[in-house]
Amino acid sequence: MSAFVHHRTASPHAAADWSSRQTLMTNLRTVIGRAYPRVRGMVREPSWVFFEILLPFLATSAFVFVYRALQAPAEYIGFVVLGGAMTAFWLNVIWMMAQQLWWEKSQGNLELYFAAPIDFMAVLFGMAVGGLIMSSSRAFIVLVVATAVYGVSFAVDQWLLLLAVFGLTLAALYGLGMVLASLFLMWGREAWHLTQLLQEPIYFVSGLNFPVGRLGFLGALSISLLPLAVGLDALRQLAFADTPYPAGTPPPEVEVLILLAMTAVFLLAARWTLRVLERRARQAGRLSIRWQ
Amino acid sequence: MSSAPAQLAIEARSVRRVYRTKPADVVALDGVDLDVAPGEFFGLLGPNGAGKTTLIKILTTLLLPSSGTARVFGFDVERDVKRIRRIMNMVAGGEQSGYGILTVREQLWMFSQFYGLGSRPGWERVDELIAATGLADQRLQRVSTLSTGQRQKMNMARGLLNDPWILFLDEPTLGLDVSAARSIRALVLDWKTAVPGRTVLLTTHYMAEADDLCDRIAIVDHGRILAIGSPAELKRRVQRESIFRIELDRLDGGSTALARLPGVVSAAEAGAGEGEEERQTVVMNLVLAEDAALGGVVGALGATGSTILALRKSEPTLEDVFVELVGRGFEESEQDERTAVPA
Repeated sequence: MSAFVHHRTASPHAAADWSSRQTLMTNLRTVIGRAYPRVRGMVREPSWVFFEILLPFLATSAFVFVYRALQAPAEYIGFVVLGGAMTAFWLNVIWMMAQQLWWEKSQGNLELYFAAPIDFMAVLFGMAVGGLIMSSSRAFIVLVVATAVYGVSFAVDQWLLLLAVFGLTLAALYGLGMVLASLFLMWGREAWHLTQLLQEPIYFVSGLNFPVGRLGFLGALSISLLPLAVGLDALRQLAFADTPYPAGTPPPEVEVLILLAMTAVFLLAARWTLRVLERRARQAGRLSIRWQ
Repeated sequence: MSSAPAQLAIEARSVRRVYRTKPADVVALDGVDLDVAPGEFFGLLGPNGAGKTTLIKILTTLLLPSSGTARVFGFDVERDVKRIRRIMNMVAGGEQSGYGILTVREQLWMFSQFYGLGSRPGWERVDELIAATGLADQRLQRVSTLSTGQRQKMNMARGLLNDPWILFLDEPTLGLDVSAARSIRALVLDWKTAVPGRTVLLTTHYMAEADDLCDRIAIVDHGRILAIGSPAELKRRVQRESIFRIELDRLDGGSTALARLPGVVSAAEAGAGEGEEERQTVVMNLVLAEDAALGGVVGALGATGSTILALRKSEPTLEDVFVELVGRGFEESEQDERTAVPA
C-alpha cells in the first residue's frame, strides 16, 4: 500500500463490478460528502448570521408592525413569525438547490460529479441535507428571537402531527428543489432569472405573511401545488390550536396527506427528470460546456 | 454484464461529434478511429479546437458521440456508463473545481466520499496523496488561497483518489510554470509505473510534453486523426535525410567542396560561432542522404586541416511532423480556429 497503490484490483473488470451494497454505501457517503462543505461553510464564515438571520428578522418585523398598526388579531403575529421562519427553507431551496447546479457547472464541479460512480440523486440529497442543516439553524433562531421579542404564544395539541407536518413539508420542499435543480441543468444561464421569478410571487401565493385561505381559489390552488403553502398552513393550524383559524383550507390531517403525496411525486419526478435531462445534457454537451 | 475478453483500454470506431450551434454546426470529431492498449501512455496532440477535449469527454461518458462507437476497457460509453466511471478518473488543466471555503484536506476527503472510501479510510488516503503530491504544507490551507501550481497538484491528487485503471488528463500542465509542470509530469509517470496495466490518455498541445511522456501519439486536427505512432516513428516520417550541425575551427575552401562529396545533399555555412578565447569558428549545416555519408565528410575535413569542435545531429520535432501533415504550424492552426468558430 502506498499513495500510488491504494486498493489494487485484479483487472479493470473486477474494479468495475460493484456489489449492491458497495453502490448503496457509496451513494450514502456521497450524501454526507456533498453536505459537508455546506456545514463547514456555515461554521467557517459567520457572515451568514447577518444575511441569513438579521435581515429576514427585520423583514418579519415589518409585517408584525403592520399587523399591530391594523390591530389585527394576536395570532396573526404568530402567523407572520412562523412564515418568517419557514422563509429560510424556501430561499434555500431556490438559491442553493435549484440554481446550484448552474453554479456547479460554471465551476467545473458538475462534470466531476457526473464522472464519479454515483447516482446524481445522492449529490442532490447531499445538497438538501447540507441546506437543511443551514436553514434549520436560521429558522430556529428567527423563530426563537421573534417569539421572545413579539411575545408569541403557541398552543400545540398534536405534537406528533406537528412534527410530521414539519418533516413532510421539508421533504416535499427539497423534493421540489431537486426537480428544479434538474430543470435548471438544462436552462443554464436563464436559471438566475427564473429564480428571481420564483421568489416574491411564491412568497405571496404561499401565504408566508397571512393565512393562505384568504386568497380563495388561488389559495386552494397553492395548497394543492406548493409544499410551502400547504405545510405552512398546516403548521399554523397546529401551532395555534387555541384560536379560531380562518376558513378556506383543509384540516391539517388532510394537509399531511397532501404533503405525503407531494413528497412522493417530487422525489419520483426529480429522479425521472434527472435521468432524462442527464441524457439530453450528454447529447447536447451541456454537462461540460460552461458557457451554456 | 458486458462480456470482456482482453480488451483494448480504448477503442473508438468512426466516432463523430457535431455540436448544434448557430449560425453553423461545428464538427468537433469527424470519424475518429483509435486503439489504445492497456498500459499505454497515449497522447492526443493537436492545436486548440482540434477535437481532443471532445474525445476525452466522450470517453469519460460526459458527452455522447453523434455517431460511431467508443469503448473503455470493453465498456460502451453509452450503455456501460457506471462501470466506466468506476475505473477511471479525469483531471483537466486550469480546473477550478471544489469549494474554496474548504481546506485542501477537506476538499479531497469530500471527493473521496464520491468514490466510496469510508470516512476514516478517506482521510488516510487523502493524507497519503497529500504527501505524495508535495502538498503537506498546504494541507490545512483553504483551496481559494492556493497558487495555480498547488491547485493543480491538488487536482491530480483528486484524480488518483480511486486508483483508476485509466486516467484522462486534459491539458494537465496548462498555464503552469516550468517547475510545476515538471512535478505534475513526474507525478503522473510515478503513478502510472507503480502498477502495470494502468493507462493514461493525455491531451496536450505542448509538443515536448507529448514527446517526453507518451508511448504513442495521435496527431489531431479539425476532428481527424492525421497520424498515429511513437514519437520516434512520427519523426521518422518527416526525416528523409540526416541533418547535422557541425562547428569547425576553420574551413579552407568554403562549403562548395563539401557539397560535392558523395552522399552530401547540401552543405551551407550557418554563420560564425564564438569559439574559445573569442576565436571565430565556422558553423555549418550539412544535409546528408544517409548517416553513413558523415564518414566521408569527417575525412575530407581532416585532410584540409580543419578541426571539428562540435557535431550534433538535428532531430525533427513533432512540430515538424505537424507541419508536414497539416501544411501549417500549431499557432497558425489555432489562429484559424479562433477565426472560424465564434466564442
